[in-house]
Amino acid sequence: MVVNQFTKEDILQILSVIIDPEIPVVTIEEMGMLKDVKVNGDEVEVLLTPTYTGCPAMNLIEQDIKMTLASKGVQHVSVKLVYDPAWTTDWMTDIAKAKMKLYGIAPPLTSACNSERFTDNVIECPHCGSKQTQLISRFGSTACKSLFTCKACLEPFEYFKCH
Amino acid sequence: MTEQQALYKYCLRLGDNALVQSYRLSEWCSNAPTLEEDLALVNFALDMTGRAQALLTYAGEVDGNGKTDDDLAYRRGEREFCNHLINEQPNGDFAHTIARLLFVATYEYLFYSELMRSADERLASIAAKVVKESRYHMTHANDWAIRLGNGTDESQRRMQAAIDALWMFTGEMFETDAVDALLRDKNIAVDLGKIKPVWMERITEMVKMSGLSMPEGAYMQSGGLKGIHTEYLGHMLTEMQYLQRAYPDAAW
Repeated sequence: MVVNQFTKEDILQILSVIIDPEIPVVTIEEMGMLKDVKVNGDEVEVLLTPTYTGCPAMNLIEQDIKMTLASKGVQHVSVKLVYDPAWTTDWMTDIAKAKMKLYGIAPPLTSACNSERFTDNVIECPHCGSKQTQLISRFGSTACKSLFTCKACLEPFEYFKCH
Repeated sequence: MTEQQALYKYCLRLGDNALVQSYRLSEWCSNAPTLEEDLALVNFALDMTGRAQALLTYAGEVDGNGKTDDDLAYRRGEREFCNHLINEQPNGDFAHTIARLLFVATYEYLFYSELMRSADERLASIAAKVVKESRYHMTHANDWAIRLGNGTDESQRRMQAAIDALWMFTGEMFETDAVDALLRDKNIAVDLGKIKPVWMERITEMVKMSGLSMPEGAYMQSGGLKGIHTEYLGHMLTEMQYLQRAYPDAAW
């Protein structure tokens, strides 16, 4: 008889190392994408919530989860995407936001700043901290970021949009 | 028609609209006027792909015959697609794409804001995600419409021509049939009659802000809900479905 030796806590512990492939300094847990883990006998179900519906990193994250768990001997793993409740940048931990800033990405303000029409929120430069910044393009290298430039240090930077 | 059949059809409609838009928007990849615009339009295409994936996956589950999102995207013929005609129209010049985005994103923002209150929990949760993305699309279209409409004589002429040309496809977005009626009774479907005046008001305001004039009295095209399309959809599907048609179940 095979005895399942993994508890939900064990699985969460193993998954705590999985990083967001788009922002390789934060984990999916810190991003608020790891919703829950269900352990049923030797079957493990991981519930993930996508940041954006078309986020191409989801497949990669799913593979990472399966490979990481497999390397620790957890075999029967399924990953399920849950949409309810919808992910928001408010779920990002403060640690994630701090790491993101150090990495050079301006972290999101609160989700309330995502108004219907474009508003001029003050986005702080992650490099020099100046508030004299300017939006270059509302869309950047990934669906979740915009492009900014700092008028003080003249460095370009990405801003993680409120969502 | 049972509730299950109606819900399947409803999900297909929404999924098809997203899929067809995704394809058209992605045609701008490497062709947009500026690099930033290229990124923006392809970002939208990606949102639409994700939306199509969520909705077509659900459609397959509701249908209960084991169809996946890929089966529905790649193995249905033109007559089985039920997207709105506006979404399959060729991109035209940049102004045409912006005009379509203006009409459709405004519609979708209003539509999905209502669908968030659907009695169907799955649709409501997908809508909650989608509405945030539609808001970006709408804001972007608004900005460009204002810029092109109030820009040079040439940009104004083109923006007006685009709005005039696509206007006849806007009426169809508010058409309803037995599917809507059945699901309306169950509080699952959106009441299109409710969003129509709001859409009209917003578009009128945007057209005015863009220094353009509203198109008048056009005959409204129709047919998408019944699978009767303009010639463009067939060509699009021929290209999009080629691989799965030629090499069924091909994977990489």
